[in-house]
Amino acid sequence: MKIEHFKKSDELHVKLCGELDEKCSTYVRTYLDELIDEGGLRRLYIDMSALSFMDSTGIGVLIGRYKRLKPQGVSIFLQSPTKAVDRVLGLSGIYDIMTKAV
Amino acid sequence: MKNKMTLTFSAISENESFARNAVAAFCAELDPTVDEINDIKTAVSEAVTNCVVHAYPKDGNEHTVTVITEIDDDTVHIVVSDNGVGIDDIAHAMQPFYTSKPEQERSGMGFTIMESFTDELEVTRNEPQGTVVSMFKTIKGGAVWNRKKR
Repeated sequence: MKIEHFKKSDELHVKLCGELDEKCSTYVRTYLDELIDEGGLRRLYIDMSALSFMDSTGIGVLIGRYKRLKPQGVSIFLQSPTKAVDRVLGLSGIYDIMTKAV
Repeated sequence: MKNKMTLTFSAISENESFARNAVAAFCAELDPTVDEINDIKTAVSEAVTNCVVHAYPKDGNEHTVTVITEIDDDTVHIVVSDNGVGIDDIAHAMQPFYTSKPEQERSGMGFTIMESFTDELEVTRNEPQGTVVSMFKTIKGGAVWNRKKR
């Protein structure tokens, strides 16, 4: 798992590359939380175009970040998920609380 | 045609990727679609993750997970088993969003995904202890090309 990110004013852009499962869930969670803790966010964009695999562990990571960011009024956008990841996201109902974006 | 593969490995998260990719590779002879392979990989990953996260206490001892994959014509039968603590109420544990570890940000979607991504899912107690997850999936494969002789 490789993660890239950049900040643009009040937007945080994160790109997840590789496979997200139990093995790297702590790394992803910690990486995101450290950036979130810096504050000043209004939108979090998670680029999933290079995420080739994700199981329900990833859903747990996303919901955990949602619970942290919702009280701060930060919106989360899931960008360009691959077909396999999109199927897991759709089944979980996560698109009810996060926006699927191109 | 019948074929069978048995894998036994340590119940650690490093082996989740190995397990799902090994089962996917074993099924490749059935010429599955990309979607079918992804479904199998995801279902196997969920079952193995349950063993790694829930089956065994973190006591420093080595625990194992066994994955048996059988191919019978166009059907794949995958059995993931452990000898861990078992599940007290299996029907309750299979409810969507149920998790015994909410403090760990678990989604509780594991069994729901296994059920959705395979044709048949059965969860039973292992003897003398532990859990057995049995999944069937029929591989329909890709498009059939029609040929016409001149």
